[in-house]
Amino acid sequence: MKLSFSAEDEQFRQEVASWLRDNLSGEFEKLKGRGGPGDEHSFPQERKVWEQKLAQGKWTCVGWPQAYGGRGCSIEQQVIFFEEYARARAPGRMGHIGEGLTGPTLIAYGTQAQRDKYLPGILDGTQFWCQGYSEPGAGSDLANVKTRAAFDQASGKWRINGQKVWTSLAHESDYCFVIARTDPGSVGHKGLGFFLVEMDQPGIQVRPIEQITGTSEFNEVFFDDAECSSEDIVGEPGEGWKVAMGLLGFERGVSTLGQQMLFQNEFDEVVRLARSNGAASDPVIRQRIARAHTELKIMRYNSMRMLSGQSTGDGSLQKEALIYKLFWATWHRSLGELAMDVMGPECEILDAPPYALNRLQSMYLFVRADTIYGGTNQIQRNIIAERGLGMPKEPRGTL
Amino acid sequence: MEFAFTQEQEMIRDTAASFLAQVSDSAAVRAAMATETGYDPALWSRICTQMYWQAIHVPEAYGGMGLGYVEVVAMMEQMGKHLLCSPFFSTVCMGVNALLIAANDEQKAQWLPTICEGNTTATLAFNGGVNRWDTTAVTATWRKEGDNIVLNGSYRYVIDGHTADLLIVAARQEGESSDIALFVLPAQTPGVTRAWLPTMDQARRQASIALQEVTVETAAMLSGADSGNAALTRIVDLAAIALAAEQVGGSQQMLDATVAYTSERVQFNRTIASYQAVKHKAADMMLQVEVARSAVYYAACVAQEALSGSTLGAELPEAASVAKSYCSDAYFAVAGDALQLFGGVGFTWEYDVHLYFKRAKSSEHMLGNGAYHRERLAAMLLD
Ligand SMILES: Cc1cc2nc3c(=O)[nH]c(=O)nc-3n(C[C@H](O)[C@H](O)[C@H](O)COP(=O)(O)OP(=O)(O)OC[C@H]3O[C@@H](n4cnc5c(N)ncnc54)[C@H](O)[C@@H]3O)c2cc1C
Repeated sequence: MKLSFSAEDEQFRQEVASWLRDNLSGEFEKLKGRGGPGDEHSFPQERKVWEQKLAQGKWTCVGWPQAYGGRGCSIEQQVIFFEEYARARAPGRMGHIGEGLTGPTLIAYGTQAQRDKYLPGILDGTQFWCQGYSEPGAGSDLANVKTRAAFDQASGKWRINGQKVWTSLAHESDYCFVIARTDPGSVGHKGLGFFLVEMDQPGIQVRPIEQITGTSEFNEVFFDDAECSSEDIVGEPGEGWKVAMGLLGFERGVSTLGQQMLFQNEFDEVVRLARSNGAASDPVIRQRIARAHTELKIMRYNSMRMLSGQSTGDGSLQKEALIYKLFWATWHRSLGELAMDVMGPECEILDAPPYALNRLQSMYLFVRADTIYGGTNQIQRNIIAERGLGMPKEPRGTL
Repeated sequence: MEFAFTQEQEMIRDTAASFLAQVSDSAAVRAAMATETGYDPALWSRICTQMYWQAIHVPEAYGGMGLGYVEVVAMMEQMGKHLLCSPFFSTVCMGVNALLIAANDEQKAQWLPTICEGNTTATLAFNGGVNRWDTTAVTATWRKEGDNIVLNGSYRYVIDGHTADLLIVAARQEGESSDIALFVLPAQTPGVTRAWLPTMDQARRQASIALQEVTVETAAMLSGADSGNAALTRIVDLAAIALAAEQVGGSQQMLDATVAYTSERVQFNRTIASYQAVKHKAADMMLQVEVARSAVYYAACVAQEALSGSTLGAELPEAASVAKSYCSDAYFAVAGDALQLFGGVGFTWEYDVHLYFKRAKSSEHMLGNGAYHRERLAAMLLD
């Protein structure tokens, strides 16, 4: 165990920081601290242009292997990149689904033709992706998807019918990866396919869903004979679950440390506020701030353990990784409550009617989703008990 | 001892419940939320002419129904359950209480009948913009000038402050640090400016009020038996108990909605209500709702005693803080759990969960949150 980064890594840190300083300016200045969960509706077009700026500096997909156009950064360097990115208050990444999920999935499971077709658009920040997993009847029980994909011999294409829901950023996306049933009689995780679907086509309709914040960052997506070419299925028909689950494995990656830097920014804002409005002298608030600080610190140490384990090979099974989602989501939710309680009665007052929330209010409301998406707190506890502790599985019902 | 609603009180509650189910459904709440007024004046006028709720605990001598605070609390519980958008809380649980407690007979005779007639809404303004809810929150000032009184200062978090017809304001005598007096004045009095403060909880309105050299007659100073400080403390305690009742109603609604939703929603071929993780959460929600309700009903009885001047009324500060601290935390926890158990749909604007979740936070902070009231209890116990 050692705590410090190598001199080379520190050099890399300087490089990232100075590039961001030089480039996150001018037309991009206004994007500082904007975007990301709870603020995705802010400046989507400008943030797409920013993605291209990043790409010019070769700062997209830093963790991808060089063979696929990435920087091939080590785990340490990726951590550094995400930390510096967050420290610079660079905008929430529009490209994170393509970079973090689609790319690694295609590198692991895709054909060379699929990589050639899709990786360049992700690398150069021109093509954006969304995740078409959840459906009205398939939330926690993801394997219950009902969307169907049938191969049409005449046109040589897949035809997709059904509905997805909660699809984040679908309205800003060029492509969606979709899990759909290729075997009409199948149930559960058998008989599924994993498809790369172009959004701009007559068979797809995107309808925004208004959320608790009064803004919309997720959508319903309706597929009515949507088309997908025969080359755009990843894996074989019937292998969709394996690919879909492999993709979820990429979700718990190195970006967690960058996420923590965002948490740190939010926490710092809460502390500043407590100092300025007198809440800092309230003993109850003091305890809560100290607790939030303690847990944020430990969150970082926990991630360092996770990442160190990951480089030895079997990251997903480690206990510190199993508890991570439940830990950070619950922590973040409490931070939202703490922020409001530090504000006191002022926490109610909006910037303007009808519903202009300030950053902390928006954070406070949005964090209620953290314990829901990506496996709810209840599902996380089931996973921890079953996989981490070997306790019996919850029986499936027979309805 | 008789710690249950009488048959009459049950009837009042049930009538309110069925009326509110009709007039304050989700669509009505959302329509009212979208207006600057924050409530539907036609509905309020119907409440005043058909239901007579604005007059519920005003003595008959002043044109009221002469019922007690237990009835007020029973109504507030139902309003919280149905998220009624109306000036009931500000008018009845603040304005009327302030007059009942702090006004002399003449002042009561002047103002209470107009409120009972349903033509006048009222509210209480005392907090100068701090996170304290006792007499120390008052920053506005008054001074004598000939036969008149001149008021200066500002208030925040005034419920329905931008629409109320009648203001009851607290102010300190200029130069004197501790003595507070309460004044009643029409909102249209020259020198009064009011602004809506848009809030996260859109189902209840807050406003800021500024008084600049507002000149009123000496008769505007409420001069009942109590000192201004004692009166304000009692008025705030009574309002806190009413708010706690509303919190119980809201919590109950979140519990009911959660039981209904989880009993319908199927994942992994089972209703999610059949998972022990969900049942235990629901059971904990029910525990909090019932404990909260017991706290509020007790506080309601104490409030009634306090209003009628009996000795049990001395328990008012304790009962108010017990109720407001427990109910504030319970409502927020229950609404948060409801949101969690609804999953993705709980996070949408379309489902009503967020309306209650937001109300839980706004009620929690209004008139002191759990920590504030626990500190107040600690001071009673320890200092
Ligand atoms: C902001 C946001 C963004 C999202 N973005 C995307 C996206 O881009 N793409 C995508 O595909 N999906 C997305 N989702 C969907 C998300 O993954 C689902 O909401 C989540 O999986 C929960 O499913 P559900 O909403 O259907 O809730 P349900 O599964 O119906 O759960 C309801 C409640 O039941 C509980 N529950 C369910 N099963 C069990 C059990 N076995 N034991 C105990 N309790 C149980 C849950 O914990 C929850 O409290 C997003 C969701 C949100 C809120």
